[in-house]
Amino acid sequence: MGFENLLLGFHVAVTPFNLFVAVVGILLGTVIGVLPGLGGANGVAILLPLTFTMPPTSAIILLTSLYWGALFGGAITSILFNIPGEPWSVATTFDGYPLARQGQGGQALTAAFTSSFVGALFSIVLITLFAPLLAEIALRFGPPEFFAIQLLTFSSFVGLGGGNPLKSVVSILLGFILGAVGLDIVTGQLRMTFGITDLMKGFDFIVAVIGLFGIGEILLSVEEGLTFRGAATGMNLKVVLQTWKILPRYARTFVRGSFIGFWMGFKPGGATPASFMSYAFAKRFSRHPERFGKGELEGVVAPETAAHAAGVAAMLPMITLGIPGSPTAAVMLGGLIIWGLQPGPLLFTEKPDFVWGLIASMYTGNILGVLMVLAGVPFFAAILKIPFAILTPLIVVVCAIGAYAVHSSMIDVWYMVIFGVVGYVFKKLDYPLAPLVLALVLGDLAENALRQSLIMSQGSLTVFFTRPISCAITIVALFFLLMPLLTPWWRRLRGLPPASGAPAEA
Amino acid sequence: MTRTADLVTAAVLLLVGLIVVGDSLRLGSGWGSDGPKSGFFPFWLGVLLLAVTAAIVVQAWRRGPGKTFVTREQLHPVLQVLWPAAAMVAATHVVGLYVAAAMYLAFYMRWVGHHRWLTVILVALAIPVVTFVVFEQWFLVPMPKGPLEAWLGY
Repeated sequence: MGFENLLLGFHVAVTPFNLFVAVVGILLGTVIGVLPGLGGANGVAILLPLTFTMPPTSAIILLTSLYWGALFGGAITSILFNIPGEPWSVATTFDGYPLARQGQGGQALTAAFTSSFVGALFSIVLITLFAPLLAEIALRFGPPEFFAIQLLTFSSFVGLGGGNPLKSVVSILLGFILGAVGLDIVTGQLRMTFGITDLMKGFDFIVAVIGLFGIGEILLSVEEGLTFRGAATGMNLKVVLQTWKILPRYARTFVRGSFIGFWMGFKPGGATPASFMSYAFAKRFSRHPERFGKGELEGVVAPETAAHAAGVAAMLPMITLGIPGSPTAAVMLGGLIIWGLQPGPLLFTEKPDFVWGLIASMYTGNILGVLMVLAGVPFFAAILKIPFAILTPLIVVVCAIGAYAVHSSMIDVWYMVIFGVVGYVFKKLDYPLAPLVLALVLGDLAENALRQSLIMSQGSLTVFFTRPISCAITIVALFFLLMPLLTPWWRRLRGLPPASGAPAEA
Repeated sequence: MTRTADLVTAAVLLLVGLIVVGDSLRLGSGWGSDGPKSGFFPFWLGVLLLAVTAAIVVQAWRRGPGKTFVTREQLHPVLQVLWPAAAMVAATHVVGLYVAAAMYLAFYMRWVGHHRWLTVILVALAIPVVTFVVFEQWFLVPMPKGPLEAWLGY
């Protein structure tokens, strides 16, 4: 029956209009992925207002295609310019840039795109198989289970995100606090508005995403005084075909990367650790570990496979549970609500054409995507030749337009500027931004789940432990929360040196 | 110094925590007739924020001053983006987004990029016009408009 559903999905996804939408999305997404200061999350956020008038399925196809494009685009800047567009492309620069410097940029790019595609495809197949099952289980979830999952979502940022766990907690709390500002829908009381009318509407997370990731990122990149010194692309059909002949050699790396990516990716904050983990494993099992970091093709294959597998896997909890695994998925979730859909497990029974259209479009989008980026590398790389004195104000203007369009309100544009400054300072001080955004999105849902759970138990927290599913999830969540405390102790016990944390955020 | 920046940020966060706890106590942070009151969830968020931020203060204090948070040379280009951007947002209230964007683009390109006037004028005009066509005409998403657009009949 799953197969029939997928066919139904392809009926939806493979219409001329939806394919056109996918092509536009990938094109824009790749451009966004290449540009500094514009990543997947705020690219999707800026374009969200343009989808208000579209049918929901086409709208989600546009946004997901944009996401795939941004994921592919990140590899271009990592390899040719040594600039990781996203934190999970950092590992790609280790071997990708040396390869490009040695004149093998074409080979590195082909390997990166192909690996991304393989990783994505692996996760999509798993999503196709497991999403309906997970949704079915989730249908039986009550408020305690949902709250436990939220707890797990945020504790995995603390436990797996790398960086300073205390600062991750602050980001989460700040997100929830910002989310609580305004009207409390349950009691009808105003919270933390202090009589200011503008605060009554609260803070929109889309504006927060545009400010934190868009403006904050552009401030960081001008601070670093970015000058783009690109290596030559050296991309042509011959190089692509030759690289494809070599790639099967790395079959094990592909499989390992895909599994790591999927496993890490459906938990929040997983893409970045997944890419580093996959790289480390590839190096450990390689017969030539000394070549890593100097231009080993396998060092491109490993992180790209895992990062893309993780990026796709982040969609799984969003579709089935209504809980996003990454800021980009969070923005898409916001889109679902705006388009009038109720995210969560019911979507599978109530809007099968939407869900399966989305899943099918993941196949078509990634196939189109890999072909388009393979063909379009020179074009995309040329974007970075635009002088930065034009790019910088242009990106600021685009962000302002996006922030205004959300509610047609100027106060949002001011919030965007403030969030931009906050994003800049937080990024410099190692406060992760992704958990803040996710907490802002999930604030109301989490609070309601907590409220309802506590009403069920008349105020006792034991409700999270007396039900089997929620008990299991809560224990895992608590384990993740305590992990930063346990890890140093565990390492000392085994006589290992203290860990040097991987860069936070995903 | 990074420590100073860390401590200043923590001070702001502590202030936020106090405001949140204060407002939650006003709303009632306990159990009402039909479940937790409005202030229940924010109250505990605020308390946790105070506790964790206090731990960060201790951590930052112990770690030593650290490297310079931002040098004058680094801050300069950041402010060059930030102040004109804020000015653009302010100007949008008066002249509308398209004119403000054109002014911002032209100013930044000339002031920071030292581009030729011809390039400056062409780019600063082309980008708002393209945006206008895409947003107002194709996708029917209205942007704030000012006297110029009114004069042109939009």
